[in-house]
Amino acid sequence: MTKQLDTKGLSRRSILKGGAAAAGAAIGSGAVTGFPTIWAQNIKDVTLRQFGTGVSNINEVAAKVKEDLGFTLEMTALDSDSVTQRAATQPKSFDIADIEYWICKKVWGAGNMQAMDTSKIKNYDKIVGIFKSGKLTPESVIAQGTAPHTVGFTSGPNGKDFVAEESGWMTLIPTIYNADTLGIRPDLIGRPIDSWAELLNPEFKGKASILDISSIGIMDMAMVVEAMGEYKYPDKGNMTKEEIDMTLGIFTEAKKNGQFRAFWKSFDESVNLMASGEVVIQSMWSPAITAVRSKGIPCVYQPLKEGYRSWGGGLGLSKNLSGLELDAAYEYINWYLDGWVGGFLMRQGYYSAVPETSKNFMSEDEWGYWFEGKAAKNDIKNPFGDVMEKAGAVRDGGSFYDRMGSVACWNAVMDENRYMVRKWNEFIAA
Amino acid sequence: MTKTKKIDPSKRAERISWMLVTPLSCVLGFFLLLPILTIVTVSFWDFNEWSFFPDFILDNYVYHLTSAVTWATYLKTLKFMVLTWIFCAGVGFTVAYFLAFHVRSLPVQVALFLVCTIPFWTSNIIRMISWIPFLGRNGIANSSLISLGVIDEPLEWLLYSDFAVVLAFVHLYALFMVVPIFNTMMRIDKSLIEAARDAGASGLQVLTNVIIPLAKPGIMIGSIFVVTLVMGDFITVRHMSGGQSASVGRIISNEIALLQYPAAAASSVVLLCTVLLMIGVMMRFVDIRKEL
Repeated sequence: MTKQLDTKGLSRRSILKGGAAAAGAAIGSGAVTGFPTIWAQNIKDVTLRQFGTGVSNINEVAAKVKEDLGFTLEMTALDSDSVTQRAATQPKSFDIADIEYWICKKVWGAGNMQAMDTSKIKNYDKIVGIFKSGKLTPESVIAQGTAPHTVGFTSGPNGKDFVAEESGWMTLIPTIYNADTLGIRPDLIGRPIDSWAELLNPEFKGKASILDISSIGIMDMAMVVEAMGEYKYPDKGNMTKEEIDMTLGIFTEAKKNGQFRAFWKSFDESVNLMASGEVVIQSMWSPAITAVRSKGIPCVYQPLKEGYRSWGGGLGLSKNLSGLELDAAYEYINWYLDGWVGGFLMRQGYYSAVPETSKNFMSEDEWGYWFEGKAAKNDIKNPFGDVMEKAGAVRDGGSFYDRMGSVACWNAVMDENRYMVRKWNEFIAA
Repeated sequence: MTKTKKIDPSKRAERISWMLVTPLSCVLGFFLLLPILTIVTVSFWDFNEWSFFPDFILDNYVYHLTSAVTWATYLKTLKFMVLTWIFCAGVGFTVAYFLAFHVRSLPVQVALFLVCTIPFWTSNIIRMISWIPFLGRNGIANSSLISLGVIDEPLEWLLYSDFAVVLAFVHLYALFMVVPIFNTMMRIDKSLIEAARDAGASGLQVLTNVIIPLAKPGIMIGSIFVVTLVMGDFITVRHMSGGQSASVGRIISNEIALLQYPAAAASSVVLLCTVLLMIGVMMRFVDIRKEL
């Protein structure tokens, strides 16, 4: 049963850890302070368990944590649904949740996570405006959907609500984000693509695909419907029942006409569909494009005139963290924003929440290609050493400000989420 | 006075049988009955976005049974089930017949039977997934047909279609039909067939009047396997239809993914009842206990 969510007394883990943890807890709880030597020895015994979607759960990060910080980070990669499920129902199964902002909106109310004190976050001031005021630059217009800043702050250490202003208590520390669009096979399409509406173009009958994750798929659908000129949503991220019916109605009709080859749910499926030529246009994620290209198959992450559908993720702390482990978690988060991870992720095509620190961990050419949208001077390699782009290539969509500046909506959960999910299932079954 | 009590032998036998039956009852109780009772209980509970709590509501059932999706999905699942059953029965019966009546020596029979099981040495998922590159638009099937000049355009319906789903099901579950049918056929007394021949029966008459009636329990056991496996499946339908077809199992797995445990429990109870009903009907045709 998942009803018993609160913890009382000693947790199982602290008992297992025995003496070291007890000593650590004493330090962490404030009983003993200012003993860096004891700290340094105990922290080696700490193990933090992190789970999240595949994107940032990378073994290299865990290895670097061990090297730089001395403690052990255990990572588990799951799909979005399982991540949501765990964050909402099994607080004892994790210490750090690496989740997306729309998942945060869904699970924060369950009270299994604790707010983070921004005064303990060294690089807080350097975090990109998107995650604080919601604006990339002072002139930016805030996109529709669950924009990260709307669920980024809570009222206090034990807050279960969201507040609009920078309250000093963050729900998630932003770590990674990107602007998503459609992936295409330029060799099989043979003409320029510039609009989301092309997904339902009968020209691609039986060769299109969309992802079967309702909260993300519905946003892609809304982008398509708007691009087709069928309807202009007051807020794509929070549709009414009528709007949901209308949106899914259009796609159900397309499905019945055989527009879609398949629906995909996992990263690998999207890569296979594209690489095998089963599909020539589909919703896709950035590293999936890279994976297709690394097989020598042309694939473009096509910028579209209506803008991007964006997403962002962050690290959240389990309610059960305290003492030494909590300190270690803060240490980890500060390290995360310190640049090494940022550089690692940016060299795969994501963006870091504190880009300026990542710059120190990237070559000038890499920074120019990935962040500034400049032509690569040499071959661009990913963090694993594989060549991703030849010299002279320019990133699809251009610079950080071009891409993140054209975000039309964020991944979202709606007030009518339950209704939407039911309708989505009807669409899949139709 | 002796302290040993005289125990009535019949009572003693009864006690022993109770003791003998206890371990199995415990196992079934803990691992079958208790979970099912839990599911039935939870199916009446209420839920929100992130948790579920005790209540007594019928909404989960009302929604499930009145939704057009449920009915369409059951229809689709039944269609898969019937088609799979027909093909599995056809393949299973033919293979078993060949093994039991055409192959004369026992070692060869055993060897060929083992050959049938070779594909089952790998996992279900792998056997299913390996169809995907084979059937794809640029897959082996299409490219060989094109190079043979049979077709000009790749056949789209080979993959991500009902055809692909049924094909995978038949591949996965045909052995469950072969084994019980082969087993019952091996027990058919060969002299019965000789007697039928002597009485002037043709090959077809021997098949329909002697072999099929005697192999009925095997066919029925195989059918029960196939029917329950197909009704409960969620992964094959998803992968082979490219996520475009629903099945009852997928409804349940979606509900679990969305944390709607009570709704999933209600759907499971309905599915369980449906399958039990189907098995009940099948059992009426053959008294397996008597025949075995």
